[in-house]
Amino acid sequence: MLKDENNEWINVNNEVNDNKEIYNKAKNRVPKVLLSASNISISFSQYSKGLKKIVLNVVENLDLSVHEGEIVAILGSSGSGKSLLAHAILGILPGNSVLKGEMEYNGQILDQKLKEELRGNEIALIPQSVDFLDPLMKIGDQIIGDIEDEKEKEEKRKEMIKVFKNYDLREDTAYLYPFQLSGGMARKVLFSIALINNPSLIIADEPTPGLDEKSLNETLNYLKIMANEGKGIVLITHDIHAAVSVANKIAIFYSGYLIELNETKNFNKNGDKLLHPYTKALYKSLPQNGFQLFEGSQPMNIEIENQCVYYDRCNQSIKECKYSNPELTEIGNGMKVRCHRLDNTYLNNK
Amino acid sequence: MLNYKKLVKFLGFKLGTLMILLMAVSVISFILIEISPTDPVRIYVGEMSISQEKLNDLNEYWGVNQSLYVKVVNWLDNLAHGNLGISLIYRIPVTEVISERFSASFMLMFLSWIFSGVLGFFLGVLAGFKRGTFIDKGVKIYSYVIYAAPVFWIAMILLMIFSVELGWFPSGLAVPIGKVSGSVTLLEWLHRLVLPVLTLSITGIAQIALFTRSKLIEVSSSDYFLFAKARGEKGWSLIKRHGIRNILLPAITLQFLSFSELFGGTVLVEQVFSYPGLGQAAVTAGTQSDIPLLLGIVLVSTIFVFCGNSIADLLYKFVDPRIRESEANDF
Repeated sequence: MLKDENNEWINVNNEVNDNKEIYNKAKNRVPKVLLSASNISISFSQYSKGLKKIVLNVVENLDLSVHEGEIVAILGSSGSGKSLLAHAILGILPGNSVLKGEMEYNGQILDQKLKEELRGNEIALIPQSVDFLDPLMKIGDQIIGDIEDEKEKEEKRKEMIKVFKNYDLREDTAYLYPFQLSGGMARKVLFSIALINNPSLIIADEPTPGLDEKSLNETLNYLKIMANEGKGIVLITHDIHAAVSVANKIAIFYSGYLIELNETKNFNKNGDKLLHPYTKALYKSLPQNGFQLFEGSQPMNIEIENQCVYYDRCNQSIKECKYSNPELTEIGNGMKVRCHRLDNTYLNNK
Repeated sequence: MLNYKKLVKFLGFKLGTLMILLMAVSVISFILIEISPTDPVRIYVGEMSISQEKLNDLNEYWGVNQSLYVKVVNWLDNLAHGNLGISLIYRIPVTEVISERFSASFMLMFLSWIFSGVLGFFLGVLAGFKRGTFIDKGVKIYSYVIYAAPVFWIAMILLMIFSVELGWFPSGLAVPIGKVSGSVTLLEWLHRLVLPVLTLSITGIAQIALFTRSKLIEVSSSDYFLFAKARGEKGWSLIKRHGIRNILLPAITLQFLSFSELFGGTVLVEQVFSYPGLGQAAVTAGTQSDIPLLLGIVLVSTIFVFCGNSIADLLYKFVDPRIRESEANDF
């Protein structure tokens, strides 16, 4: 017996062929980057008073990567631009929006054409609620999609039944209309739809809206299972609990800016290893961490010009914060933070 | 699929509503005519010179001097027995005039209703699908212009172009002059229907096209449309599967609800083309104070519009699965 690079046992007594396979497997165990996005900005052009055209930036300079088998949570309050990020990855942003920056999927440049090819197959979306299903079409027809070829359709049907079985859904669920689904069934159906074409990347956009604890855990468990199967998952949520309990990495969104990217394991104890003052404050506001509330509200992106987005609410601000918006800085181990006071963060606490 | 018990209950309810409505409409229109300055006896007498004594006798015979209450009760009583009186112009029972005229108008209304509905829906979907293109702009401009133009004006323009200038179609009447209506061939009759139907169709298209267009645009920005796109559906298939499916029922409903406009349009169009339908009879009855006929037409048009609205209701309750299959469905 030998140990491979990941310190796991490999059986060398097998035949050469098998050996090769195992070697390959072991090699592949280094997770592949599925999606990487850099410098992503999303803006809208709108007409305000009269005919004055304004450009509204909703997501600014975002960097993010998702590996196979990894759950990356994007955490932010409502209106911070999280959902638009999901739409940007799928190429379904509305017509008046402008998307800038580079995205890569599996090493290929992810442009609109590739997005249209991949969505629904390689990249799947799990929406928030049953309202995202056509109210007048039976579930089965929506899952299977528009397929003319009878044989192909039958295969899809079989696939659907298999996926249904995994979620304890009865076969005849396919003949129901969305309004006939109970809350639990609806969530299972939405997950089934995502899995029907066996995608590699799943974007779950608020899949846990106001769920009770049991349903929440159930839903998060589905996500975990998907990740264990090697799928990359982007979990968009405003529920810090959900994020902490399943994600590997958590990206904190504030007013359209990614202000911190940290490992989930740092969201524990007294939050010493958290980087950004906002994240710290957010963490401490949780009931089990002291319930310390903090004042103010998230500003509209448009209101900020050349100052740190968190300046108005920050209790550790320095002069610089008022005059320039900090860059997203990598501080090692894949952790990133957008703050002028790097001295005051994790590095200092170490 | 249909729940017959529910259907019977629904129809019973509608029938009851119709009865109450008819009662109210007949009483109100009777009273309105009663307080108007028209004198039915004077019209009955017509151009004949008549002595005051004879006039008094006639007044006595027709019950002109009875109290309003007695008159209304008499009118309702006769109505209940299917007696709508005798038309003062045609000198035959009102029911006969109406049944003859209505069958002429029915074909006109039915054909233009179908044409405007199908074409309007098609144009609306096309405009919504190709939003912002010149097709969309064309449909929009057409609809706004037609929407703003009065029906009789369009009828007159068509008449000027196609029958006066080009001479393709006769300028009016349902029967060629000098022919008995019984001996008219189907072709001759259809030939005369073309222009009136065309007028009503091109005006009817505008409303349904604009409605369909805006509804499709609304549906295209819905969450379920977005999610369908995220699942990889696109192009015409997406529009067909999720767009048309969701706008068809509202569009058909609107088309049924437009019965009142259809009837109003028919009145004007029949007048312009001197087409002997119910609409023309209504205008004649109005201008020549043929009170029994006018009241009869009011009642018939009430029933007609009511039927349109009820069918629209019915469609929603028994075709839309969300309403059809929900347990607690009372009206």
